[in-house]
Amino acid sequence: MSILWYFILIPVLTIVAILFTRDCKSTRVAAAGGMFLQLLMAVALLFMYFAQRNAGNGAEILFYTDHVWFPSLNIHFTTGVDGIAVSMIMLTAVVVFAGIFASWEMEDLSREFFISLIILATGVFGFFISLDLFTMFLFYELAVIPMYLLIGIWGSGPKEYAAMKLTLMLMSGSALLLVGLLGIYFSSVTVNGQHSFNILQIAQTPLPLSAQRYFFPFTFVGFGILGALFPLHTWSPDGHASAPTAVSMLHAGVLMKLGGYGCFRVAMFLMPQAANEMAWIFIILTTISVVYGAFGAIWQKDLKYINAYSSVSHCGLVIFALLMMNKTSMDGAIIQMISHGLMTALFFALIGMIYGRTHTRMINEMGGLMKVIPFLSVAYVIAGLASLGLPGLSGFVAEMTVFIGSFQHHDTFHRVATIIVTTSIVVTAVYILRVVGILLLGPIKDDHYHHLGDARWYEKLSAGSLIFSIAGIGIAPLWLSNIISGSLGPYVVRLAQAVTGF
Amino acid sequence: MNFADLLLMRQELMLTLLALTILILDISIHENRKDIITRIAIILFGAITLIGFIPMAQGELFGGMYRTNALLSSMKNVLNLGMFIVLLQSVRWIRLEKNREKASEYLILLFSTLIGMDFMISSGDFLMFYIGLELATIPATALAAVDRTSPNGAEAGIKFIFSSALSSGILLFGISFIYGTTGSIYFTEVAGRFGSNSLQILGFIFFMAGMGFKISLVPFHLWTADVYEGSPVNVAGYLSVISKGAAVFILVLLLFKVFGTIEKTWEDLLYILAISTMTIGNLFAIRQNNLKRFLAFSSIAQAGFILLGIMGADQAGITSVVYFMLIYVFTNLAAFGVVSVIYFETGNETITSYNGLYRTNPLLSLTMMLALFSLAGIPPVAGFFGKFFLFTAAASKGYYILLLVAVLNATVSLYYYLRVVKAMFIDKNDNPIPYFKSDLITRISLAICLSGIFFIGFFGFIYEYFFRLTVEF
Repeated sequence: MSILWYFILIPVLTIVAILFTRDCKSTRVAAAGGMFLQLLMAVALLFMYFAQRNAGNGAEILFYTDHVWFPSLNIHFTTGVDGIAVSMIMLTAVVVFAGIFASWEMEDLSREFFISLIILATGVFGFFISLDLFTMFLFYELAVIPMYLLIGIWGSGPKEYAAMKLTLMLMSGSALLLVGLLGIYFSSVTVNGQHSFNILQIAQTPLPLSAQRYFFPFTFVGFGILGALFPLHTWSPDGHASAPTAVSMLHAGVLMKLGGYGCFRVAMFLMPQAANEMAWIFIILTTISVVYGAFGAIWQKDLKYINAYSSVSHCGLVIFALLMMNKTSMDGAIIQMISHGLMTALFFALIGMIYGRTHTRMINEMGGLMKVIPFLSVAYVIAGLASLGLPGLSGFVAEMTVFIGSFQHHDTFHRVATIIVTTSIVVTAVYILRVVGILLLGPIKDDHYHHLGDARWYEKLSAGSLIFSIAGIGIAPLWLSNIISGSLGPYVVRLAQAVTGF
Repeated sequence: MNFADLLLMRQELMLTLLALTILILDISIHENRKDIITRIAIILFGAITLIGFIPMAQGELFGGMYRTNALLSSMKNVLNLGMFIVLLQSVRWIRLEKNREKASEYLILLFSTLIGMDFMISSGDFLMFYIGLELATIPATALAAVDRTSPNGAEAGIKFIFSSALSSGILLFGISFIYGTTGSIYFTEVAGRFGSNSLQILGFIFFMAGMGFKISLVPFHLWTADVYEGSPVNVAGYLSVISKGAAVFILVLLLFKVFGTIEKTWEDLLYILAISTMTIGNLFAIRQNNLKRFLAFSSIAQAGFILLGIMGADQAGITSVVYFMLIYVFTNLAAFGVVSVIYFETGNETITSYNGLYRTNPLLSLTMMLALFSLAGIPPVAGFFGKFFLFTAAASKGYYILLLVAVLNATVSLYYYLRVVKAMFIDKNDNPIPYFKSDLITRISLAICLSGIFFIGFFGFIYEYFFRLTVEF
């Protein structure tokens, strides 16, 4: 049994265990135990990956397993990971683990809550280990649908509206994606009279250019909706703002990465020529995403909206960097995914904890929190600094790599786009520092705040694990960068071929 | 002809015997002990369903009027499974005081429709096809009106019989054209002589219109919602699954067996029908509050998706249709099962009355949610696989525009399925449907449906089983 299968098996067993729990205490212990095991498995996977690489295993995909599922349609359950997938799995495991502890106080229908949350996580893990378009699509939808219940039942504010909007927009995305995937399938070369869903097999022979031109937009936009591609990002602010804490964390931290990862692994990898031809359209859109998201965040008064718009901006940067299609920028894109996943999860976790104490998320109603809840406030500052790209934290590594990579293009179009995108750093600094100034510093606005208690142990654990990862990447970025760029080779080669026309 | 040959018709013979047995029991058993008839019927029918899975030789009878093979038996098995679940779900309805005396007639009507459907599926010429169709339709109209005293029931019956008669007439008219131009009613001979003669095409169009009524394709769907609403829930479930399923099966068979030479023509026709059926069905479903009407329009939309599989027009296409129907049987009957048990216990059948249902009846709500997710095609439940394969079939022929319309329609359908989920799980209600304990047989039927919804998709061999059967098709 491949180690990768445990990433499906453990969540499923955790769900079964939760079904047998009686009260909310045992439920959360079961959930936390399962996800801790999952985190250990992710760490184990990381070390096994290193061990394989150090032993000189240069294969593109490690831990490859292949099981036939529907023979007549050539649908397989194919799993395997490269460095990029390993780092995404690591990210997911950390965020899910932190998410469970961030929702420690969930009492209303806690069993249902944790089960939905873990189903979502199962979808994400399954997506990252899949190499077959069918199972990839299956896990993608599996990750999206629990969001409806999670936001609808446990959310706040206009939750029904937000949940429906989010679900329908993401499902329209997956509808486009389905067209794209079936198009890829039927354009793939037939082996023994059968088309293939296997990414590696499809990649061996380039798809016909006409098919690429048809199906690249479907696939790219389909994944792009989940990656908050402008102008299809509107589900994101509403959805994030209404979602309960752990769901915002998982959603912004991990689920949106499915979009970027899919754009990269499916759309661009399988259809490089079309990607090269159409990149300019999406570069314009993502440039707008980045700048618009940053400016949008300035205007918001609700902490969650601020962070949601900032996510639009940062996720836009991911797709922007991918479209620059050189090794440095793509390396940066992947690091940005991980960095953003961690820090936005930290943001949402802290916002949830602060909201749990002050019962408001409006920044102008709060102030001076640093004096009463120092741990949470300091953690918030760290998240903010990571977000605006302070050296020593993960954000700096990611954004720096992206900008350097993007500027390597010599033509005006790419350089202008890069310069515009770079301005977002300044804007980010504005909205982050503004929030820190109003929210954490200054006088205490409300007398009730004097009695607020600081973080409990589970909150510290949640925030601490995320901060540890953020600082780890910031201080020692090379090991992450090495894992990723070691696996980028095949992608860069294919895209370079597309650019030069071979 | 010897006895062994007759055994080819074992399905129909056994059902006929069962119907006669019920008739005799009804006469001979005392009024107070009639409950036992239902039990005997369920047990015997369960046995028939099981026997249906025993592999059987293929062959022809009556000079080709009747034929059978493994694929046809598997279609009958799908219908049998559905009918078995319908029977289980009807028990609650039969036990109502006003329906006790109707138990036997209800069962006999149900079984005669099934006999008709089996003959229709096994037909080798248009005559047998038409007899089977009518044998399936006329008792079905009686079933729709089985609530004789309620005005809605009478309305449903009248609407159903009128539209059925009209559609049968149109169908016959089409068949007469086909007979007139080819000189034969045998499928094999008609297929050989069918060309692009415009009179033949006209006959085919009439034939399609007639079938459109039976499957309730837009624009021939207008009877559907009213009939479902007026008939008891168990009958509505039966109509939406068994009746429709049989019509879909025979349509697939005829399109390929008889009209294979004009594939281009009927693909164009189905293209338009598929788009209109999906879109109109979905748009109307959005507006419904009565769950029976809601499910009626949802089943119209599902028929539109099925057409995509038919348009795949090859082995994978036919397989996807049969496979989807199997999943649809379990899924739709799970939804109707929940609606019926709630209706019989509390008298509620509107979406708004389901508000807050999860807090009082969690298991029923979960069942309903899984059924709706399966209808919407959400993984990991079986509906996802069914729909995916239908779409794959359409894509294999290059119908990408149609596919796009279909997937967007699937998203729209998700919206209204989520409305019900929202009512049950999210909406608050000060006065929700109180907790009740449903009876054992209903729970068994729902458990069967749920296991179908869960496992059919995962078990790839079920799809492969149908795929192998369609080879000989």
